[in-house]
Amino acid sequence: MSERPTKPVREVVEEVYRTESRRVLATLIRLLGDFDAAEEALHEAFAVAVEQWTRDGIPANPRAWLVSTGRFKAIDRMRRRSRFDASLAELATQMESSIDDAQENTDESIDDDRLRLIFTCCHPALSSEAQVAMTLREVCGLTTEEIARSFLSSPPTIAQRIVRAKAKIRKARIPYEVPSETALPDRLDAVLRVIYLVFNEGYSASSGESLTRHDLSAEAIRLGRLLLELLPDAEAMGLLALMLLHDSRRAARISGTGELFLLEDQDRSLWNRDQIAEGGKLVEQAFASRQVGSYTIQAAISGVHSQATHPTETDWVQIVSLYDLLMQASPSPIVELNRAVAVAMRDGPLAGLNLIDSVLRRGELSNYHLAHAARADFCRRLGQTAEAEAAYERALGLTQQKPERRFLEQRLAGLQDHS
Amino acid sequence: MKYLLLVHHNEDAFGKMSETARKKILEESVQLTHQLHTKRQYLSASPLHPASTAVIVRVREGKPFVTDGPFMETREQLAGYFLIDAKDLDEAISIAVRVPGARIGTVEIRPLIEISGLPTG
Repeated sequence: MSERPTKPVREVVEEVYRTESRRVLATLIRLLGDFDAAEEALHEAFAVAVEQWTRDGIPANPRAWLVSTGRFKAIDRMRRRSRFDASLAELATQMESSIDDAQENTDESIDDDRLRLIFTCCHPALSSEAQVAMTLREVCGLTTEEIARSFLSSPPTIAQRIVRAKAKIRKARIPYEVPSETALPDRLDAVLRVIYLVFNEGYSASSGESLTRHDLSAEAIRLGRLLLELLPDAEAMGLLALMLLHDSRRAARISGTGELFLLEDQDRSLWNRDQIAEGGKLVEQAFASRQVGSYTIQAAISGVHSQATHPTETDWVQIVSLYDLLMQASPSPIVELNRAVAVAMRDGPLAGLNLIDSVLRRGELSNYHLAHAARADFCRRLGQTAEAEAAYERALGLTQQKPERRFLEQRLAGLQDHS
Repeated sequence: MKYLLLVHHNEDAFGKMSETARKKILEESVQLTHQLHTKRQYLSASPLHPASTAVIVRVREGKPFVTDGPFMETREQLAGYFLIDAKDLDEAISIAVRVPGARIGTVEIRPLIEISGLPTG
């Protein structure tokens, strides 16, 4: 058997699809002025790629090749249809005449296209649900099934949401633009929220075997960087820092067999020091701007953890005071829960248990598995075995993530061994 | 692209405002139409008499039915409109935020369907 130094073309195309299809789509939407036409052109371009790359070899710049092929295909299709609709002929000519601009598709302008795409997907004229679905579908390339699963919804519901959003973009003429300087700060909040959701989708997928999907998180971090380049906003900085600091623990968070490690059990030598350093620096810069928002504070908390070389060295006093700040900036039951955990570390499990029970009594987190898991942990440490057991059972009943389930099952089994 | 900006407000609350305040809102609205006109964004605009002056017409089986006024109790009523020409939704939004009625009520932006065969001019 002879060696095969190159990969089969189909594999290369698949790889290019994974890494480039969203960038190509973003540019095609700008060039063609329509989401559906761009998607159709994208798929045609990849279909041609399989044939032509097999025959002629892989082009030097696959991305540029795909953009121009997709564009020509779309113009062709419009020409064919123009036999029935004269207005399309004019449009096709217009699109063709701007072809020189298309060839100036540098990496930079393609990044701008992705930013245009993100601002369009996160336009306030779309509902919040539609913004998230559009960004995950169009910017990140998730399937409607994946989006549905992560939002506990059904694929037809998500598909319909996306169809309606696209119709609104087209009919109300939502521009494919990065907003003007005056509108930009207002438009940024929605984008930050969506980017963080995308990051979390990558960092902890809502169900299934694998807890992390690195591409999505990397994508969110990349988008965070792009956004920060465009707009030196403190919260954009804070969000990027937060994502980097979370991401720095990726290697330590999951074992080879897919077990989830809590912060306190992680091998801290596996933490990514470069990401921690970059995240820490961004937190400092964001705090210096004096416009400290919730992403920055959360990043600061994560940064305090990152500074401790051993869990026992964690500065819980500082963490609790940052949670106090966070409760002022954006109060929520989840923040209260996390603050309770921090207080337990500072003052002992009983203090934490009292705080968590007061949150649970209000009923806001009664279906949130981590609230019960935390309660279980406090009870376990206080020697209240029966209470702990009930709380672990409750937590188990509320999560479908397999690694999290395994972790809870182990804790439960450990409890029963000791009783 | 044409957009219709529908200005809604609470008529009772508007009625309770001082004469000067109401006059100021009207004057500002007129000023806005002139600003839009210089940028070729103005097509038409007008305030409306209160909803109590409305007349409802229906034709059923060829027979007209004329009744008085609004049949739905809503918190806000249609108070006026601006028909504008804007390059996209963001431009329409930037005009809508300048409508004085937006400060006391709401402005609903509706994109128009462009059809052929209508009289021009």
